[in-house]
Amino acid sequence: MPETHHSHLDALEAESIEIFREVAASFERPVMMYSIGKDSSVLLHLARKAFFPSKIPFPLLHVDTTFKFREMIAFRDRMAEQHGFDLITHTNQEGVAENINPFDHGSARYTDIMKTVALRQALNAGQYDAAIGGARRDEEKSRAKERVFSHRNAQHAWDPKNQRPELWRLFNTRISPGESMRVFPLSNWTELDIWTYIYKEEIEIPSLYLAKPRPVVERSGTLIMVDDDRLPLEEGEVPEEKMVRFRTLGCYPLTGALESEAATLPEIIMEMNASRTSEREGRLIDSDQAGSMEKKKQEGYF
Amino acid sequence: MSNATVTEQAQPLEIEQWLSAQTDKSILRFLTCGSVDDGKSTLIGRLLYDSQLILDDQLASLQKESHNRTTGDEGIDFSLLVDGLTAEREQGITIDVAYRFFTTEKRKFIVADTPGHEQYTRNMATGASNADLAIVLIDARKGVLTQTKRHSFILSLIGVKHVVAVVNKIDLVDYDKKVFDQIDAEYREFAAQLGFKSLVTVPISALRGDNIVSKSENMDWYHGPQLVPYLEEIDVAEDRVAQPFRFPVQWVNRASLDFRGFSGTLASGQIKPGDDVLVAASRKPAKIKRIVTMDGDLAVAQAGEAVTLVLDREVDISRGDVLSAPGETPEFSNQFQAQLIWMHEKPAMPGRSYLIKIGSQTVPATITNIKQKTNVNTLEQNPAKCLELNEVGTITLATDKPIAFDAYAQNAVTGGFILIDRLSNATLGAGTIEFGLRRAQNLTYQDFDVNRKVRAEMKGQTPRIVWFTGLSGSGKSTIANLLEKRITAEGKHTYILDGDNVRHGLNKDLGFTDEDRVENIRRVAEVAKLMADAGLIVLVSFISPFKNERRLAREVAGDIDFVEAYVNTPLEVCAERDPKGLYARAKAGEIKNFTGLDSPFEAPERADITLNAAEHDPTDLANELYDLLFEGHQYSAL
Repeated sequence: MPETHHSHLDALEAESIEIFREVAASFERPVMMYSIGKDSSVLLHLARKAFFPSKIPFPLLHVDTTFKFREMIAFRDRMAEQHGFDLITHTNQEGVAENINPFDHGSARYTDIMKTVALRQALNAGQYDAAIGGARRDEEKSRAKERVFSHRNAQHAWDPKNQRPELWRLFNTRISPGESMRVFPLSNWTELDIWTYIYKEEIEIPSLYLAKPRPVVERSGTLIMVDDDRLPLEEGEVPEEKMVRFRTLGCYPLTGALESEAATLPEIIMEMNASRTSEREGRLIDSDQAGSMEKKKQEGYF
Repeated sequence: MSNATVTEQAQPLEIEQWLSAQTDKSILRFLTCGSVDDGKSTLIGRLLYDSQLILDDQLASLQKESHNRTTGDEGIDFSLLVDGLTAEREQGITIDVAYRFFTTEKRKFIVADTPGHEQYTRNMATGASNADLAIVLIDARKGVLTQTKRHSFILSLIGVKHVVAVVNKIDLVDYDKKVFDQIDAEYREFAAQLGFKSLVTVPISALRGDNIVSKSENMDWYHGPQLVPYLEEIDVAEDRVAQPFRFPVQWVNRASLDFRGFSGTLASGQIKPGDDVLVAASRKPAKIKRIVTMDGDLAVAQAGEAVTLVLDREVDISRGDVLSAPGETPEFSNQFQAQLIWMHEKPAMPGRSYLIKIGSQTVPATITNIKQKTNVNTLEQNPAKCLELNEVGTITLATDKPIAFDAYAQNAVTGGFILIDRLSNATLGAGTIEFGLRRAQNLTYQDFDVNRKVRAEMKGQTPRIVWFTGLSGSGKSTIANLLEKRITAEGKHTYILDGDNVRHGLNKDLGFTDEDRVENIRRVAEVAKLMADAGLIVLVSFISPFKNERRLAREVAGDIDFVEAYVNTPLEVCAERDPKGLYARAKAGEIKNFTGLDSPFEAPERADITLNAAEHDPTDLANELYDLLFEGHQYSAL
């Protein structure tokens, strides 16, 4: 019997679909974290495949920090309409009332309140027992050992001393009341896999990933896009039009842009492949504090 | 190494070609076995480095960190690329496997790196369970060690079929052919009994880069393959497509009133519309009508593909069912023999109830027997009563209801399982099925001699009688009640025969004369025996003051496990507690022949366990008794 050639992307896709279905079959109230970026776009695509012709049988949750790129929000709403998924958005209203922002409160405090705390609020409000996220093991050293099904206690905390061994694809999905599971269907994907899969499957992503002239200012060596008038300009600072794109998407004041001419997907992939800096470098959140990813994870950040 | 980069000046057409090559690579998942001293981290670091996955910002910090360390010509201590787990280990963080990724022009690689000595069996088994191939590191200076053998045994246990034994640090023995030849011969001799499909040995220096990507100039005498090209080329496809069709139903897809599909991943074989299938449990037949995916219906689906199957008729199928080829169905049974690797501090015990997850089936299961355990260092088999953390043994397992499975050697997806704790939900162990037990293979039950053993195995427990004796108010019922709660919580089946309750029904014709007391006990002993024969764990809570009657009860029980538990609470304490007000009434002369007052209590001389309920909390006593019954603790007197 001849075996059809299965490429590594076929294998990764099938594995991720299996993980999605395991969540739908094993949990009462799953939710999928939707952060609008390229990984989320792949996640959404895989979720649609896993349950086709049914609609995705759980809601997608977006934690809106109020400082996301405007294009991200528009893209999010368009996707929800196009694919007919149930979209839940959550913003930490206490943070809004106190006008928490990255300029006056610093990126660490802002991220904690508007992202980490907000996520906890949303998960509590929804009483979700499983939250699907797009984290990958290749992103950072501390994630290399993360489980596909990562058990969290009732406070959403990760107990690194009490992790379950994960053999074959036999995922232990059992939890006690109040506890929850974080699930990472993209665990075994690399950044290059994500990009080549987006290319192969023609998955739509926000055009912020593609280079085009955008107004930016330079802050300590990082290019920040002036997405709206909330970005306080320093004295004498004038936004400059530069041909830029983004490697990761988040809150615009905290996301560094990359000067680039790559305006198409193949060009990005070529440029990325030739580039010699690691992906998370553009995320200011990591450089705030050494070893910060581990800490954030224990607090419930993805 | 041919790596995954192209020149920046590539033309659009080349870009397309390059991209389509990227989407068309195959994947190899492999495991590295060896301790830090063998150069495992250095080897993995070398592989990442040579595939140019180390980026400028990482490289700069690496060169800084490598100062004053053993480095290769590149000035880098490669082990730094993958370390970072040491500190975590010191903090007691569970790290069983860390996964690393690299890619070459031909293949994507996922490396399972399993650190740690203490948890090595558990970690290695976990890493090996998803690996197609293993690299076994052998230090050229030390040769084949006990550890090398242990690693190789675990690989064979998990069914890793392809092994590359790398003889590392060959530079430190002056690239000596004799050293390599000797290790090569010794390892091959040992590995011969482990059933690997392919085995190559490669002399390397991970630090210097010898024989990693290209042929080393230091070893003219070596004519075998280099490590990376070998990993790129080796064919590890188990030809799962040629195996009989197996499809564990993972999720039932009810998209609309008219659509009912069964979603899952083909564990083996292939399927086309029009093919006949059989539901393994119900033996219900059907034909495949459609193979549905979002990319359109498929003409054929093969092992490893995640699809949704639509059948030509209404068949009752739910998650956990296995669709199979009609002539080649999986075994369907409630008993089988397996190899079990234990991964938890709480040892594996026969008679205890766990949950087994196999494919998409999850059911209660009990270890019925631990036949032997294997010394992972010597491969010697020894008798065992339990399996401790990191021990490996041959066991028999009984499930509460029959399940569909194959031998692990035939099909890893339908033959591998995990055991889960029913209370904490922890993953306790992992097993590989060897074969179904003959008696259970038969689907018809007429041939069964349905006896106590069969009934007990259906309940996953050992029937027994626990006979509580002690004064009125001593705490028998309280302890029995606590014990029953704990046993029941584990999914076992129990019943309490309580003196007062039985006297209201079955024995309501009996009074409290000595003759009636004897008859009272005789009847209860018989009822207890019937219940135990039905497979139950029976807790009898009766004053039972006379030695002879307690002996009678034990004799009636015959070969049923009988435990006499003496709740030894002094008369004064019982009378003071007087929960039912009986002592007061007896002292007032309202009740005659009251045990301890005007009727004797013959204290047992050799009870199996004596529980002092005046000085200890009833919960502690119930736990003590539980340990005696289920943990095989020494009989003691609290």
